[in-house]
Amino acid sequence: MPPMNKVVNVVIAGLGGQGALKASDIVAGAAFRCGLEVKKSEIHGMSQRGGSVTSDVRFGAEVFSPMVPPGEADFLVVLAPSQVENNRWQLRPGGTLIPPDLAGENTLGSKKCLNVALAGALSVFLDLPQEQWLAAIRANLPEKVHAMNLDAFQKGRQAAARLRR
Amino acid sequence: MQPERMLLSGDEAVAWAARDGHVKLGTGYPGTPSTEILEAFSELGGQAQWSPNEKVALEVAIGAAFAGARAICTMKHVGLNVAADPLFTVAYTGVQGALVIVSADDPGMSSSQNEQDNRRYAVAAGVPMLEPADSQEAYDFTLLAIEISERWQIPVLLRMTTRVCHSYTVVRPRPPVAPPPAAHFERDVAHRVMIPAYARPAHVRLRQKLDAIAQWNETGGPNRVIEGTGARGIITSGISYMHVREADPDAAVLKLGLTHPLPLGAMREFARAHGRTTVVEEGDPYLADAALAAGLAVETKPAMFRFGELNVDRVRRILNGDVSPEAKLPPGKPPELCPGCPHRSVFTALRELGCIVAGDIGCYTLGVLPPFNALDTCVCMGAGITVGLGLRQVLPPEEARRVVSVIGDSTFVHSGITGLVEAVYNPPATGHLTIILDNGTTAMTGMQEHPGTGRSLDHGRAGKVIFEDLVESLGMARPVVIDPTVDTAGFQSLVREALACGGIRVIIARRDCLLATSKIKSYEQALGQEACLAPNE
Repeated sequence: MPPMNKVVNVVIAGLGGQGALKASDIVAGAAFRCGLEVKKSEIHGMSQRGGSVTSDVRFGAEVFSPMVPPGEADFLVVLAPSQVENNRWQLRPGGTLIPPDLAGENTLGSKKCLNVALAGALSVFLDLPQEQWLAAIRANLPEKVHAMNLDAFQKGRQAAARLRR
Repeated sequence: MQPERMLLSGDEAVAWAARDGHVKLGTGYPGTPSTEILEAFSELGGQAQWSPNEKVALEVAIGAAFAGARAICTMKHVGLNVAADPLFTVAYTGVQGALVIVSADDPGMSSSQNEQDNRRYAVAAGVPMLEPADSQEAYDFTLLAIEISERWQIPVLLRMTTRVCHSYTVVRPRPPVAPPPAAHFERDVAHRVMIPAYARPAHVRLRQKLDAIAQWNETGGPNRVIEGTGARGIITSGISYMHVREADPDAAVLKLGLTHPLPLGAMREFARAHGRTTVVEEGDPYLADAALAAGLAVETKPAMFRFGELNVDRVRRILNGDVSPEAKLPPGKPPELCPGCPHRSVFTALRELGCIVAGDIGCYTLGVLPPFNALDTCVCMGAGITVGLGLRQVLPPEEARRVVSVIGDSTFVHSGITGLVEAVYNPPATGHLTIILDNGTTAMTGMQEHPGTGRSLDHGRAGKVIFEDLVESLGMARPVVIDPTVDTAGFQSLVREALACGGIRVIIARRDCLLATSKIKSYEQALGQEACLAPNE
């Protein structure tokens, strides 16, 4: 993986318990496995009690602040419909929103896989080899849910590919 | 065996360094954002244990360091208030092994009751302080803290912040360091028994050590200069350094790692060389005050940036002197008590009974929010009981009789017990009612064990403090234990009776935290199997 000159900024938003942090672990893990400089930042604590959760992932050749500066997110991945509008300000002009309804929940094995499906959608836009994504998914989830999530990841990729066309 | 490169949180990085630095004992009390340090240290094979509170944790760590071992003690910023008593005097005694005290501050209060800046503690107590800016520095500075502690026989404060604790950044571990000699005891009363005759020279020794460290810090400390291409100089530390590099990539930067005692000579030299120099820091104007007091010509941040966390945008504003009102971000969904949380029944009942509720620190502090609106005070750990007693002491009887204290199980062990002693010793004329909200875990910080669960940090078998016995031993009526979710009407009448009786009463509302139930079951199952395997023990 060649070093990226520009830092890629991803914000993942959702509600406590939806797996937003797990999704950001996977995104960060994929970039880390490519040898990139990676930073990931989130707030724990009170947010665990069903409140809004956001996690920032930044990667590239050199990353300083672990937080995506306001209005500079290249990608905003949102897991809950209620969390789209209140997070839109994070996106830079021309940035990409990956909304919760992109990967139809019904086509997924479980709604618990939505986080991985949307990570799959994100992966279509990022220049990271797919095998690193798959390795990151395996490393971050228990073995018994691997198949279900790898499937969700592919469904997310297909949905995003349709979106791109 | 060492991975070459890891993606670690700041907390995990401290744990790795504790392991690689041969730390013999890790103590602490759970508190966001510090909790994961001891959990990770335990998972890496270190001896880590939760204490009832931070004061106890620090004292246990001091004992270990007196015996020549390396010890680390972790807590959130407000925990250091609880541990301040031993902190100030262990600075005098010094240590024979290493003692690293981690204070995890929470600027912006993501999960805290205040945003105190514990860099002030380093000055007040007279201990050296390191401020890491990312996980690599959290790792490196933990090892450096051990080194400094052993070299000058002094406890060292590792001051972290939420963004450093909970951000994941790349860490490359260092080659192994040498282990210390085995722990052993040497009598040395002049250094360890702080009667005035020994404490007076100990204070002089402390100041001499700090002078020596300050001198070393000028040239040998973990501070560095990043040469700039622009006209501006910036002095900064901790996470602010990261925002600074991004907000003004052209600026020359003096990045301070050891921020007490400060390298004032290096700071003066930097300011002189760079003309216009700005101090950028989160929280209190700690560096700025010290620089100005030393007569350095530096610019400082406008008062509005004392509040909350900094980020790249806010640092740009500081550098531009922009004090225009900041945009209010759209609010997210606030946290709330989980659906089915046992605290819900308690607060519904207290609301219906029209109680004045002195609350405490934990998930149940959320009882203040709608739909319950059932909490009236929350100050610090343990204050639920004692603030309630104070209210009872002065309110007219008809109001005083409505006062109830609520406190969680972990918080009760932390600092509620002395509150009950106060109730027995100075009972209000109208009596008092304390409800222990026992959900079987330290829920707020992520389900840690405590002395009331009977399991240790790693969920193994431990001694168990029985709340009923403890309360009864104080000479009070044995507390009634009730599951508030099963019989809500029964719970309400129990509270009504306790309030009417005019005595000092405790009710234990006991029901496991919904999120912890299955974990508790699996821990107990594992322990049960162990017991079966070793029936004769």
